[in-house]
Amino acid sequence: MAKARVKVPKSVKKGEVFQVKTLISHKMETGLRKNKKTGKKIPRKIINNFVCTYDGKEVFSSDWHPAVSANPYLAFYVKATKSGPMNFKWTDDDGKVTDKSVNISVSG
Amino acid sequence: MADKLKPHTYKRREVLALAGTGVVVVVAGIGLFPGAASADAAAVAKAIKKRIGDKPMKSGRITLELPEIAENGNTVPIGFEIDSPMTDNDYVKAVHIFAEKNPNPDVATFRFTPGNGKAKVSTRMRLIKSQNIIAVAEMSDGSVYMTKKAVKVTIGGCGG
Amino acid sequence: MRKSIQGIGALAALAVAFSAFAGTAFAGKDKMNFGKYQVGELRTGYTFSTPETRAIQDDDFENPAFLWVDVGEALWNKKEGKAGKSCASCHKNASASMRGVGARYPVFNKKLGKLQNLEQRINQERVEKMQAKPLKYESKELLGLTMFVRNQSKDMPINVSIDGPAAPFFEKGKKFYFQRRGQLDMACANCHVDNPGGMIRANLLSQGQSNGFPLYRLKWQKPGSLHRRFRGCNKQVRAKPYSYGADEYVNLELYVAWRGQGLPVETPAVRM
Ligand code: HEC
Ligand code: HEC
Repeated sequence: MAKARVKVPKSVKKGEVFQVKTLISHKMETGLRKNKKTGKKIPRKIINNFVCTYDGKEVFSSDWHPAVSANPYLAFYVKATKSGPMNFKWTDDDGKVTDKSVNISVSG
Repeated sequence: MADKLKPHTYKRREVLALAGTGVVVVVAGIGLFPGAASADAAAVAKAIKKRIGDKPMKSGRITLELPEIAENGNTVPIGFEIDSPMTDNDYVKAVHIFAEKNPNPDVATFRFTPGNGKAKVSTRMRLIKSQNIIAVAEMSDGSVYMTKKAVKVTIGGCGG
Repeated sequence: MRKSIQGIGALAALAVAFSAFAGTAFAGKDKMNFGKYQVGELRTGYTFSTPETRAIQDDDFENPAFLWVDVGEALWNKKEGKAGKSCASCHKNASASMRGVGARYPVFNKKLGKLQNLEQRINQERVEKMQAKPLKYESKELLGLTMFVRNQSKDMPINVSIDGPAAPFFEKGKKFYFQRRGQLDMACANCHVDNPGGMIRANLLSQGQSNGFPLYRLKWQKPGSLHRRFRGCNKQVRAKPYSYGADEYVNLELYVAWRGQGLPVETPAVRM
């Protein structure tokens, strides 16, 4: 079942700077909330790192803190070099990794 | 931009003062970060220092986009763009975002490479109350820029 | 202009108060062209949202509710239950078979002898046609499938039927809407008919339209059903909420939908 969404243009020209939009479902539990019934703190559980790789290189990354909203949305830009996969990796506090890959089709 | 023509260098003391210029505190209890104390100016200064050390911070080069009024502190859109050619010799290395009155002032760090073509990002953050947002940009030549902007947070205390 | 409300004095004592909106952002918005979100006097909750909240809804990709719509689409195509079927086995392409369906619900169901909303219809399909387990109200799965089905009617006008066998249930829903309840002794109409555009605590009141449901609420940090909203609106006047899927709420759903007859389906909308 889809958990993460990524949007890139269908095709881009070499040298073009294009927008990459990403969205992933995650509660981003801050660690500061209390369970209303038990009064106990709900342990922190967030995605703390995001990495985007393109053309074999890490092109963009981000560290997140509990202040990043639930269901994190992130948009950034990448310059088209050549056709190939673009990989996305979201890492959870507990080490769980969500992976997603899209193909970048570069013309010219 | 006038800012760009005449760079102003912030000293640590000024940052502290800056961080202290609070917007009116909205009286509201919200479930976002309950029970947690807000970060004070010193905590913001400490958080910035942790990221960039003692480097002087200049003004300019950062365009920070925030709503004037955020309906709900859970999801406040934030966007920024750094004025940079983003070439191999001259690019933005990282941008750090801080929220001065959140229980933990750190929001996020974004690391760029020349492969980004432009240093522009949009995302969404949580704000416990009305406050200043601070953006700090580290350039490949070691220089550091800083800007801040106030956001008013209207809190839905009603409407389950 | 501010309209007076009976019993407002008692409310103020309970820290609930309306204030006129003159001078707020809303006054400016009045002159705005709301496009498809306004039909005559009817205005959807979209027109009461800030530009930032509207922007999240405007772009299907930026709208986090679509993470749930994706879950619904996957379920639409997933074979489950003893009959070995998926929704798609019979209904094929939802964009054709489900177009317009969500705009007509809730409807009178002959077999049940009462109204049925979209969530309940979907579960009936699972149980009877697929011999699969019903999905839990407010679960990721039922919200996802309901949003997926209703999204196929996006921008179509709400078009519920209140005649014939639906009429007595519609009357019940209408009665509920105007009935004062809770410690604050307030009816739905006191807020959403008498006072849209006014402020209540920090909230800008809308007409309380249902055309965007299920929707993503920034406050909830996830999508929620119309019944979750009804429960919230009951609780805020300190009235006891009904359970999810209760007949009372399904009848109310028909009345609320009819109030917005002609407004476009916005599902999944984004609200504060
Ligand atoms: C075995 C075939 C079959 C399967 C499987 C099936 N349906 Fe149906 N569905 C039908 C038929 C036939 C009708 C119309 C006749 C009736 O009322 O039963 C219908 C009616 C409906 C309606 C009401 C349409 C209206 O105009 O009011 C909805 C909504 C619906 N289905 C959704 C679903 C969903 C969602 C699923 C998967 C969870 C599903 N169906 C699975 C055969 C099926
Ligand atoms: C004390 C005032 C109050 C009462 C009484 C009240 N509501 Fe609400 N309702 C709100 C507020 C505040 C909101 C959130 C802002 C808005 O959309 O008006 C809201 C939102 C809604 C929405 C969502 C609108 C949208 O576009 O997302 C619906 C539907 C709704 N109410 C229905 C009802 C119904 C049905 C009742 C009666 C059971 C009711 N309300 C009673 C205050 C009230």
